[in-house]
Amino acid sequence: MEIELRNIHKRFGSVHANNDISVVFPAGRITGILGENGAGKSTLMKILSGFQPADRGDVLVDGLSAQFGSPEDAIQQGIGMLQQDPLDIGAFTTLENFVYGRPEKVLPDWHSARSDLEERSAQLGFDLEAETPVERMSIALRQQLEIVRLLALGVNALILDEPTTGISAEQKQTLFAALQQLAHRDGVIILLVSHKLEDVITLCDRVVVLRAGQRIGEEDMPAPGETDPATLNIIKSRLVHLMFGQELGPHERQAVPLEKTVLQLENLYLRDRRLQIEGLNLSLRQGEVIGLAGLDNSGQGLAMRAICGLETVSSGRVLLEDEELTNRSYRHFLNRGVVFGAAGRLEEGLIAGLTLTEHMALVRSERAVLDWPALESYTRESLQHYDVRGQAGDRIEQLSGGNQQRVLMALLPARPRLLILEQPTRGLDVESARWIWQQLLERREGGTAILFSSVELDELVAYSDRILVFYAGRVHEVPDVAATTIDELGYLIGGEFRQE
Amino acid sequence: MRNVSSGPARLAFVLLPVLLSLLLAALLVLAVGREPLEVLQKIWQGAFRNSRSFAGVLNFWIPLTLASVGLFVTFRAGLWNIGIEGQILAGAIFASAGALTFNFPPELAPLQLLLQILLGVLGGMLWAGITGALKIWLGVNEIFGGMALNALAGVWGIYLISGPWYPEGGSAQQSRPFLENALYPALSRDWPVGLLAIVMTAVAMVLVPLIMARTRWGLQLKATGSNPRSALLLGVPTTRVAMSAFLVCGALAGIAGSYRVMFTYGSFRPLVAGGIGFLGLLVVLLSTMKPLWIPLIAFVFSAILAGSTRLRVSLQLDSSLAGVLQGALVLVFILFQGLRQRLELRRNELPRMPHRPPAPPRAA
Amino acid sequence: MNFPGCLTGLRLLPGRPDRLMNEEFLNTLGSVVANATPLVIASVGETITERAGVINLSLNGSLIVTAMAGFIAARVISFGVDVDAINMIASPEAGLIGGVLVAMLVGALVALIIALSSIELRLDQVTVGFILTLLMADLAQFLGQEYTRIPGPVVPKWPLPLLQDLPLLGPVFFQQNVLVYFSYVVVIGLWFWLFRTRPGMAHRAIGERPEAAYARGTNVNRLRYIYVVLGGSMVGIAGAAYSLHFKPGLSNPPAMQGDGWIALAIVIFGGWHPFRVVLGAWLFAALRAVSSDIQKNGLVILGRTLEFNFVLLNGLPWLMLIVTLLLVSSGAIERLLLLLPRPVQRRMRSVLRSDPPRAIGTTFEVD
Repeated sequence: MEIELRNIHKRFGSVHANNDISVVFPAGRITGILGENGAGKSTLMKILSGFQPADRGDVLVDGLSAQFGSPEDAIQQGIGMLQQDPLDIGAFTTLENFVYGRPEKVLPDWHSARSDLEERSAQLGFDLEAETPVERMSIALRQQLEIVRLLALGVNALILDEPTTGISAEQKQTLFAALQQLAHRDGVIILLVSHKLEDVITLCDRVVVLRAGQRIGEEDMPAPGETDPATLNIIKSRLVHLMFGQELGPHERQAVPLEKTVLQLENLYLRDRRLQIEGLNLSLRQGEVIGLAGLDNSGQGLAMRAICGLETVSSGRVLLEDEELTNRSYRHFLNRGVVFGAAGRLEEGLIAGLTLTEHMALVRSERAVLDWPALESYTRESLQHYDVRGQAGDRIEQLSGGNQQRVLMALLPARPRLLILEQPTRGLDVESARWIWQQLLERREGGTAILFSSVELDELVAYSDRILVFYAGRVHEVPDVAATTIDELGYLIGGEFRQE
Repeated sequence: MRNVSSGPARLAFVLLPVLLSLLLAALLVLAVGREPLEVLQKIWQGAFRNSRSFAGVLNFWIPLTLASVGLFVTFRAGLWNIGIEGQILAGAIFASAGALTFNFPPELAPLQLLLQILLGVLGGMLWAGITGALKIWLGVNEIFGGMALNALAGVWGIYLISGPWYPEGGSAQQSRPFLENALYPALSRDWPVGLLAIVMTAVAMVLVPLIMARTRWGLQLKATGSNPRSALLLGVPTTRVAMSAFLVCGALAGIAGSYRVMFTYGSFRPLVAGGIGFLGLLVVLLSTMKPLWIPLIAFVFSAILAGSTRLRVSLQLDSSLAGVLQGALVLVFILFQGLRQRLELRRNELPRMPHRPPAPPRAA
Repeated sequence: MNFPGCLTGLRLLPGRPDRLMNEEFLNTLGSVVANATPLVIASVGETITERAGVINLSLNGSLIVTAMAGFIAARVISFGVDVDAINMIASPEAGLIGGVLVAMLVGALVALIIALSSIELRLDQVTVGFILTLLMADLAQFLGQEYTRIPGPVVPKWPLPLLQDLPLLGPVFFQQNVLVYFSYVVVIGLWFWLFRTRPGMAHRAIGERPEAAYARGTNVNRLRYIYVVLGGSMVGIAGAAYSLHFKPGLSNPPAMQGDGWIALAIVIFGGWHPFRVVLGAWLFAALRAVSSDIQKNGLVILGRTLEFNFVLLNGLPWLMLIVTLLLVSSGAIERLLLLLPRPVQRRMRSVLRSDPPRAIGTTFEVD
């Protein structure tokens, strides 16, 4: 089987997401689709897998024009896609998810389906258990399930969208081994969509680079065994050049004298429906940045929310500069300069339907009666200062993701004592992410302490003074951040604490 | 129908539902073998034949507008206060308790009136507060909590009539009639309507929208109603705000309830709320949250309601026709609103996002 | 308080333990099952709808209007259009079948309005459902005015051969009428459909995660139409069960006043699982039986007669509604799951889960 994309175009409003992209994917090869956020990778893959129609252009399977009206059409032609958030049904068991979508009779043959599932899972070195409900499974296991499911449907071209985000180093190894086996032994076409250089270099046979909706170039990758750092570095810098047009490193961080303690956690016990954290101790000083690493739902979200009154603390104490605030409401914390920023901006943080001025009035107005003209001019100034592309009267959902994040920055109090930020750059392009960190580092120099979580290991290493790794509710501090590599961190988030 | 946001098209999307719902009602009237025009005429006469009937319309308009203005507040906070019916009834019960207990000397009659109204406010707020507490702190959806509390208020009302307030020598239909100084004074013999209540309603219908638009509380309500999680993170005391919305609505419902017993009936009856709270929900839905329309829509609904009370006498027709007409109007209106929005969306979408290229012509 | 022994005045619960299974007690249980039937069918119908991701909030109005339509159809077919007629002109069977069919049709039509307005027009399901609740109740009162408080055909008892003679179970479950048996079939059938069949998986999936269902080739909106209309026609049967079985005829206020809301709450209490839903419906019916028994026979606790105004007992189902919803929202039912041994946990998971279908109330469109 061979897949070819010819002159694919796709527009969203004024954005030309895919601009005349042509590329061939031969059988048995692992091709990386590399590009920063917003480069058009996901759009192209959704077109290829039937989730979206292209505006113009052709998809050819073995030289014949293919028309995909739906993902099901694509699967029938042998192309399946694993989404970043796997498209499974949380309330189903693994087996039900596996069976649903197969061409079964009204009464499915559960027995043969189960042995099919177990057989395929074992072949690829996966660890799937038929009766486990999907909502209790990690992203990595859900990916495995989705891969097995698609293969069982007869797919021989598999697209994976950012599969290494939010999984541990060990899980990544399992995944990559399975993918190599599929491609090189069974002749499956593998497409790996990623913005991570390390991943594509390790896994792929060749890499296609997209930038701003266009195909910029392609590179052959070295053999899987290649370890010579010089060779790897040359390839890396070539790819970086293709991706960005120039090289962008992280910010230079000014050394800030760490002064008095802002936040002190004493022996916190926390629990939610999934996990519990026992005996968390931490002290955070002015100007200090602590990164929280870990897979999704490993406890870092629970800890961050409990620290500022959004979740209940079962026992232990939360002290803000010697004032005990354990289990006080979030407003108590907010009034004392502790601000929480959640990962989903429009779900938690901004209010769809309200204008930018209304947002500003909510956080800034001290008086019971609102002075709308004054608030509006204040908002206009503030938008200018933060370089937000939008009007004071616009509703927040009319702005792009990057601009929404800028508005959130504008809404912060002038000198917060402590910022608690959940994945502050999630879904942003490189430029916006850099801008956010520039803002955060400026505040840090003014004495603000920062506690942030991220699934991007390079972000954690680049910006944290200290890193705490969360694994299934257990917390482990990385001894020396400066000397820690991204790979080591990857093993830690997989729960391998005892390896040093 | 190419341009659905132009002036005439907008008007059409308002007028068509009116015509359609009238047509529907006419068909129903024909179905039970009556003349639609005659029924319409009787309703009109029932509402506007003289000053006393007009006062009857106002007597519906007062509690309906009060309730609707209160519901405007809860809707703003994102709450379906279906419990308003019980809040009106609780207000009526509390006000009646005052009316049956107090008997101030004539020179202090205004004080007694005030006290009873306050009791009504208290009753409405209590019932709304329970719904609010169940919703906010215990996670019981306000639609179900409200419905249950409506029923519980109803049971309580029946209990009072059959027990503590059972009138001597009367039947268990209503309490003993209230004394003169326990009632809202009527404007005049020809205009039997409570002036004080009209004033309170007018103040509420002007003041409440103004407060909602100009104060921080109003903005906080809107924020909480649109997205409580985000509002909390932006520093809005969301539980307090949601509770205050319930309490304000309950207070207005309580005044409405007090008017029903302290003027309309002059005694307590278990069915005193009479669906006015539910009707208020329809009024606010029809107003599409534009508060200026609330008193107007409430007036039209009151006229239909007052006009059709006499249908049973004049044409042996059930007065539920009024509810059918009102419900059909709101339903068709909302459906047309949805249709208009869909058409607008499609029109804006088309030039921007051409759906799929036309398939190449196949060889025949 | 030592329960069965002390409630001696209560006919439902016999005086002495040795008489626990006496005939009278079994009859009472049988009537609880019979009286719960409309509630069971309505709740199961709503479960079908909500499992597909749509809320049909109009239940209270739908029940009233379908009860009206079912009764009038049954009456007209059996007695003719003359409202004063008292002699049947056709067999009651034809009237009853016709009545149920008409009620199903009306229930399906009301549900269709909700499906259309939600799927095609993106309107809020709660808004449309609430308007329909009020509109349908008034419509029923208006159209049914001539037929109020007149006799009509009643669904006859039909004890099942063999099964009716089973000890204990026979008198409780199998000396009933067709509608009651139908409710058993629907409950077991829905459970089997949802959790054992392939189309049943699609049914659950469109309520949980429609985009995942779409990715597997399920036509989400077409299925939603089908299940909303199917659920609505079940509500229609429930409505007919009120006017042809529970309290035959039409009255004003209607006999099922408020039951639509209780049925909606039972679906939540039942965790969208047919078995728990049935349990909820029987619980409510049992509570009603207890309170009507007290109103008839008085209440004696520890040999003393308790005097109070029994009107207050009518508030009990509504108090219970609040309490059941509290149980669900506090997570008490799910905590029960954690107390069970692990293998049992696994089996009971789908029964004790209290999470609503995740996509409930939302619309789905392919982008």
